Amino acid sequence: MRLRWLAYPYVLWTVVFTVAPLLLVAWFAFTAVQPDGSSAFTLDGFRSIVAGDRVPLDLLGLQEVFGLTVGVPLYVNVFVKSLQIALLSTLACLLFGYPAAYLLARRRARQRGGTDLLLLLFVIPMWMNALLRTYAWLALLEPNGIVNTVLAAVGLPKGQFLYNDFGIGLGMVYNYLPFMVLPIYSVLVKVDRSLVEAAEDLGADRRRVFTRVVLPLSMPGVMSGVNMVFMPAMTTFLIPNLLGGGRYMLIGNVIERQYMIARDWTTASALSIVLLVFVLASMRFMTRYEKGNEGGGVLL
Amino acid sequence: MAEGTRPILELVGVNKSYGDTQVLTDISFPIRSNEFITLLGPSGCGKTTTLRILAGFERPDSGDVLFEGASLLDVPPFKRRLNTVFQRYALFPHLDVFENVAFGLRLRKTPEAEVKARVAAALKTVDLDGYGKRWVDQLSGGQMQRVAIARAIVNGPEILLLDEPLGALDLKMRKEMQIELKDMQKRLGITFVYVTHDQEEALTMSDTVVVMREGVIQQVGSPTDVYNEPRNAFVADFIGESNILPARMEKDFEIAFAGHRFACVDRRRAEADVDVVVRPEDIVLAPPVEGGLNGVVTSVVFKGVHYEMIVECDGTEWMVHSTDQAAEGDRAALVFGPEDIHVMDRSPFSPDAHGILPADLAGRAARASADEGDPDR
Ligand SMILES: Nc1ncnc2c1ncn2[C@@H]1O[C@H](COP(=O)(O)OP(=O)(O)OP(=O)(O)O)[C@@H](O)[C@H]1O
Ligand SMILES: [Mg+2]
Repeated sequence: MRLRWLAYPYVLWTVVFTVAPLLLVAWFAFTAVQPDGSSAFTLDGFRSIVAGDRVPLDLLGLQEVFGLTVGVPLYVNVFVKSLQIALLSTLACLLFGYPAAYLLARRRARQRGGTDLLLLLFVIPMWMNALLRTYAWLALLEPNGIVNTVLAAVGLPKGQFLYNDFGIGLGMVYNYLPFMVLPIYSVLVKVDRSLVEAAEDLGADRRRVFTRVVLPLSMPGVMSGVNMVFMPAMTTFLIPNLLGGGRYMLIGNVIERQYMIARDWTTASALSIVLLVFVLASMRFMTRYEKGNEGGGVLL
Repeated sequence: MAEGTRPILELVGVNKSYGDTQVLTDISFPIRSNEFITLLGPSGCGKTTTLRILAGFERPDSGDVLFEGASLLDVPPFKRRLNTVFQRYALFPHLDVFENVAFGLRLRKTPEAEVKARVAAALKTVDLDGYGKRWVDQLSGGQMQRVAIARAIVNGPEILLLDEPLGALDLKMRKEMQIELKDMQKRLGITFVYVTHDQEEALTMSDTVVVMREGVIQQVGSPTDVYNEPRNAFVADFIGESNILPARMEKDFEIAFAGHRFACVDRRRAEADVDVVVRPEDIVLAPPVEGGLNGVVTSVVFKGVHYEMIVECDGTEWMVHSTDQAAEGDRAALVFGPEDIHVMDRSPFSPDAHGILPADLAGRAARASADEGDPDR
């Protein structure tokens, strides 16, 4: 307790780099610059989110469900679309990432210590700049990129891998997969081998050892993996900007455009706040579901 | 007691090594139905490894494990009809106490009402009723150990493997649980394979004791057998306090050790060089007599019921247990009868001329008692 002053630098840090920027965003969201240069309180930013042109709601690429089209404001549509892509990417990361983490953890248990080359290969992309990685991805998937060249060479039709939902989702899974694998892996390697033996001893075959012991014990890792993927997937502007070819809109790059191109800071800030509240709420929802939240590494 | 009943499990010539270390060497013994059999030996002698082979978590390098005569080697652990109380508990941290105990029952799709009743009964047996809703990380070591016992017994297995199941309990709880386990074993007719390095626990609870040392069986027998007729100096030393001396036996019913000749009840053996063991409680201190085994009392320690005294005779230290107190510095004669002299064959564990056991052996015994209550593997 007497070392409490040690925490002060961190308090300062969060004030300068977290609290202050957030307050600034809030300030911009609720004010507009008047012609005379002064700022005045306004709710226009939030209003413009729900106002604006109505467009057909896009659900998983379908704009018509049972012949019905729902008209929603543009921003709401972008938001719903971003949510869908983020959820699907997270799900895909989980479906690929869990088995990968499981296999890596099994290898680890067998070889005891040392560095696992396979794990290293999984992690190395994380050390690389995301921009670089995504450009590399572009080179692969471009209409005249490496993949299509190979496809053409073996006489298969070219595919459209970019500038659509599939391309964006692929980019996200590629970029965020390590963030799913690592937390699950680190929980799985810590699962005590003797618990597996205890379950077997009590009559559990391999499937039930997994469903009743290993899977529940790895849930904190799954939760934090889901959070670590869902959050950036929901908010990224890099991926839709690069892989969307300038035509693809997700909430992240819509906000970016509002700030940087339209220079409508009020609407951009209002959107940011809605997004932030939404992400925080969904994290909250996820972590509450987990008992005690041991080892998950996510607060709230 | 359980003699004559058919073996339900049997180890046949089992060898096991980890890397270059031979952990078990030619382990063979039968486990009879409804028997309480105890593996006893110092830390690291391979008790846990033997249990793990029985449970199916390790495969022997050679040898076989038979269940009712048929090899078990290719039967995976989850299909073996036995349950284990693990030395390190291995409770499920994601489940509460109730669900931990219910784990095996749920796997067998037991009706909910029966699960409730049986779990409650098992928790009551280990004196933990009312703890069902606790998480296992909210339990003391002793409580965890009792949950581990409950989790195994609730399934009503034919064979129960218990790896130092009472190691973390205090003396009183330990005695209670000893009685409880023994009672349960008799009542339910379960075969117990029990591991301990506490010789007293082994002697009081078991029908059969298997004494091991460094992966080799030293003796298999009833508690009275191993106590009264230890096969070698290691067994004599490990099972209770003892005075072990090198001796020479030229003819029947007469033996020479500690510079004296004594009458005994054994016949001459193949080898004239033997070891003898005289238990401290069989020795009586008397006033010194001419030509007797006379010595000086060098230490007196009160042990609750008796005094533990060290008497030095011609450089050899004798341990004597007696309810009569002597004083340090007293001169006394050691007196014991022919039937108190137990003759054993010479072995690598034999003491030197002064009754001092090989350093390695003494060190191991000391380690074993220092490790007590320390549930490592
Ligand atoms: N997985 C393993 N790898 C290598 N060596 C092992 C392994 N398991 C056990 N051993 C070694 O085998 C020997 C016997 O171990 P075991 O656990 O059977 O001893 P134990 O009799 O149960 O001892 P304790 O009374 O301390 O529990 C020890 O020397 C131990 O170090
Ligand atoms: Mg052990």
